[in-house]
Amino acid sequence: MTRTHVRPARRRGAGVPVALLLPAVLGLVFLVLPLVGLLARTPWATLPQRLAAPGVLTALRLSLLTATLATLLCLLLGVPLAWLLARVEFPGRRLVRALVTVPLVLPPVVGGVALLLVFGRRGLLGGWLDATFGITLPFTTAGVVLAEAFVAMPFLVIAVEGALRGADGRYEEAAATLGAGRWTTFTHVTLPLVAPGLAAGAVLCWARALGEFGATITFAGNYPGRTQTMPLAVYLALETDVQAAVVLSLVLLTVSVVILAGLRDRWITSP
Amino acid sequence: MRAQRPRRGAAGVTAAVLALAAVAGCGGSASGGGSAGDPGAGGTVSVFAAASLTESFTRLGRDFEAAHPGTTVVLNFAGSAALAAQINQGAPADVFASAATRNMATVTGAGNADGDPVVFARNQLVVAVPKGNPRGVAGPADLARPGVKVALCAEQVPCGAAARTALDAASVALTPVTLEQDVRGALSKVRLGEVDAALVYRTDALAAAADVTAVEFPESARAVNDYPIVALRDAPNPDGARAFVAYVRSERGREVLTEAGFQAP
Repeated sequence: MTRTHVRPARRRGAGVPVALLLPAVLGLVFLVLPLVGLLARTPWATLPQRLAAPGVLTALRLSLLTATLATLLCLLLGVPLAWLLARVEFPGRRLVRALVTVPLVLPPVVGGVALLLVFGRRGLLGGWLDATFGITLPFTTAGVVLAEAFVAMPFLVIAVEGALRGADGRYEEAAATLGAGRWTTFTHVTLPLVAPGLAAGAVLCWARALGEFGATITFAGNYPGRTQTMPLAVYLALETDVQAAVVLSLVLLTVSVVILAGLRDRWITSP
Repeated sequence: MRAQRPRRGAAGVTAAVLALAAVAGCGGSASGGGSAGDPGAGGTVSVFAAASLTESFTRLGRDFEAAHPGTTVVLNFAGSAALAAQINQGAPADVFASAATRNMATVTGAGNADGDPVVFARNQLVVAVPKGNPRGVAGPADLARPGVKVALCAEQVPCGAAARTALDAASVALTPVTLEQDVRGALSKVRLGEVDAALVYRTDALAAAADVTAVEFPESARAVNDYPIVALRDAPNPDGARAFVAYVRSERGREVLTEAGFQAP
């Protein structure tokens, strides 16, 4: 039997009610206009010199490195967490899900303070880390990764959990009846099944980590080459030289848009 | 058909996450307050003041309201550079009190001041150490000792520029663990015990006297920070603006500022 496509036939363009179109366009303009403003005020003539200025590349490199490491950390911890939330019934699951998403709504500065109180030198765990291993996380690149992972992980967990809930459980059942162990089922069936959702979550997570400011400056401080990421460099540039801030913002914006646009299709399509 | 629901669900989740992403991205600094003064009522004075004036100007604002019944003082505290930018972009402010002459110059340079700014207070750096001074820091030289973690302000902000001048005057070369965006950032790292010392203004150290001890050092006299104040040209309440500036410079104003640790100009 042939499968029939049930995707509703949408008529493009024709008959869009003005009541929807108008606010939609206004919404788009509202979101895009600030970016246009950034482009309009960019000092294009001096752009190459400004990009080559010492510190810009250092901050960009550090931003890309820490955002990537934070995303890896989030994948390592967040995917199992999402699986737990999606597939295992346990008491208090709703509360756990709420707790997992708290960093989404928490002001990043609050997140930074909370991290200090736990991983700081006088913190709950930080004191022990310092005394036992001589490890201090604040003011280190590892601290930046931690701060970014804290604010970005919910994006990954939500996306992967949603994908897991949407995935057809019969493939996993089939694998299990064919003798695959739970781990094999997870790695060979479940993960490929939710790959698009995983990719979407990872990209959002990475983009959020790249833009992280509040938790980073609160927890990891600001030191060029070690903890000064692009958003911090932008903020400080604003103190002395607005044009430098515009250039740095433009770089960050370009990197984000390129990455987000490049993976756009994979978010929307699901298997 | 069955295949449809999950697809729609996933799209919904993605949309929700995107919406959340947009919202989360906005969580930066919030510069609240500073509502437009109502010139008709003639009773609101909008004061844009440097963050380091928070405690003293809050008190002065209340006193001013008591001395001028029917008047409301609306205070907007932020970094001087941010305030100067807001004013130059047309924020409805009556008075600007800056923590640095450089940021005041941004406003006067754009022709947005009514008359010449006047320096009404001075601030000096101290070494802030956690209460009890566990590392026994007696002056800037001790900050360069190995193992002593120091927070400074970034050189782009006034307290950072002052710190550089003072440390140079004391011939101390040190590598801080962090260069904070403002003086309160540096101070809070001391309060939390994450650093052993920070160079902050005396007024900030005094405001945190419950948690930190201020160590004075002579070289800080080389890096004194001037606080200029001015009424603004497009002030919605020009009379209120002039009255407030006069009040800050009055005997009572000086009293409050001195108590907070400022020096008279």
